[in-house]
Amino acid sequence: MKGYLRADGRKGIRNVVLVVYLVECAHHVARAIVTQSDSPDAQLIGFPGCFPNEYSLRIMSQLCTHPNVGGVVLVSLGCEGFNREALSVAIEGSGRPVSTLVIQQNGGTTSTIERGLSAVRDIQSQIDIVERGHFDVSDLMVGTICGGSDGTSGISANPAVGRCFDRLIADGAACIFEETGELIGCETVMADRAATPELGYEVRAAVEKAARYYETLGYGSFAPGNAEGGLSTQEEKSLGAYAKSGDSMIHGLIKPGDVPPGGGLYLLDIVPDGEPRYGFPNISDNAEIVELIACGAHLILFTTGRGSVVGSAISPVIKICANPDTYRNLSDDMDINAGKILEGAATLDEVGREIYDLTCRVADSERTKSEALGHQEFILTYKTFEPIGPACLPGRQG
Amino acid sequence: MEKKPDAFVLLHPGDNVFVCCHAVDAGSQVEIDGETIVLTESIEVGHKIARQSLESGDRIVKYGAPIGSATRAVARGEHIHRQNLASDYIPSHTRDKDE
Repeated sequence: MKGYLRADGRKGIRNVVLVVYLVECAHHVARAIVTQSDSPDAQLIGFPGCFPNEYSLRIMSQLCTHPNVGGVVLVSLGCEGFNREALSVAIEGSGRPVSTLVIQQNGGTTSTIERGLSAVRDIQSQIDIVERGHFDVSDLMVGTICGGSDGTSGISANPAVGRCFDRLIADGAACIFEETGELIGCETVMADRAATPELGYEVRAAVEKAARYYETLGYGSFAPGNAEGGLSTQEEKSLGAYAKSGDSMIHGLIKPGDVPPGGGLYLLDIVPDGEPRYGFPNISDNAEIVELIACGAHLILFTTGRGSVVGSAISPVIKICANPDTYRNLSDDMDINAGKILEGAATLDEVGREIYDLTCRVADSERTKSEALGHQEFILTYKTFEPIGPACLPGRQG
Repeated sequence: MEKKPDAFVLLHPGDNVFVCCHAVDAGSQVEIDGETIVLTESIEVGHKIARQSLESGDRIVKYGAPIGSATRAVARGEHIHRQNLASDYIPSHTRDKDE
């Protein structure tokens, strides 16, 4: 495989120019720049709020310096709370070209769009010549998420991803699973897989935090479609979701924006710290995908039973369909048919290998279904986190 | 006759539910641990039926782990879902009402 060698030493599998709005008021201008650039590698992301927030600045910094990103155009209205200077400094510090356009200082919508188009072209010409060098499976960071789960997810697609994870980890890759709120009921078995008892305690505490948080909000992470698909309770959904993590030892617990220090299996704690505020932790699947990408995930393995069609900005999304009926209905959107396991046409190991092989081909530039269809969903909202404690990454002490 | 995989699978030997792998119509016969049961309602892919009769308050076990408790008595072969099973942790919601 070949990857893009970045100035900061990281290696990417895509060469994206991000156009970033720093408040909803700059969204239209940023979107117009992306639309008129007419390139699948010029992509739109942004933050809607005007109030400052440490979490959103950190996530945005991690996204703008992600290995799949070659350069960035920041679009600011001018008076919003987002710290555009700090973001620009972080991007520059990573060796990536960055250009900041302030609408209020650039004569408004029309002229900012024109300047933005020229900034995108300029950055594209700079990053077109970025060297592509050897990229190994051990360079890969892969995230997994399930969305639109049903009663098939936990017996076909999720355990198949688990088999793929085990193989990736054996080959030195870093794999991240997440949504502690969707692991309620799995805390005991999960804690037993932790590298150290102290990490096990942290894993259990993270799930307990999620249970408290969702209890305050009144709902678990459980959508009507989950029930229509045969799932009855949060813990039933959790046990199915948990199968995505495979059988490897859990090497660490990270929070959004923390990059795993090496290969292995990591649990991403997505539930905010402190008193519940700003509403539900992740309001939809793409909020989770964004956090996985902020942790450095080059690509996402997305399992679905009911049939999600989303992709993402920055990192390709591989869609693995758990339900054979859904696959027949939505095959244009699905990269892998894990539903055939239920029909007796393939084993978990075979589908696990299929996912592994496709992961390698996508890392080596093959486009996924959602990429080819133009899916580049993105959402980032408010949160607060405390840094992880020393017990969370036992491999990195001293 | 076309050979089909079993409509229901047992995921773990300790489970008291089976999971449906392809849709089965009401009135169909299924054999559960040697006993033939006539399904009183259609079962969709991904849904569960009881492996044995259950009392209200019994733990429902799938993947070898508890997924909640029965909220009323359940007959062998009956559909197990939100009408007779509730979380031991946190309520769920549907489009029409909170439960």
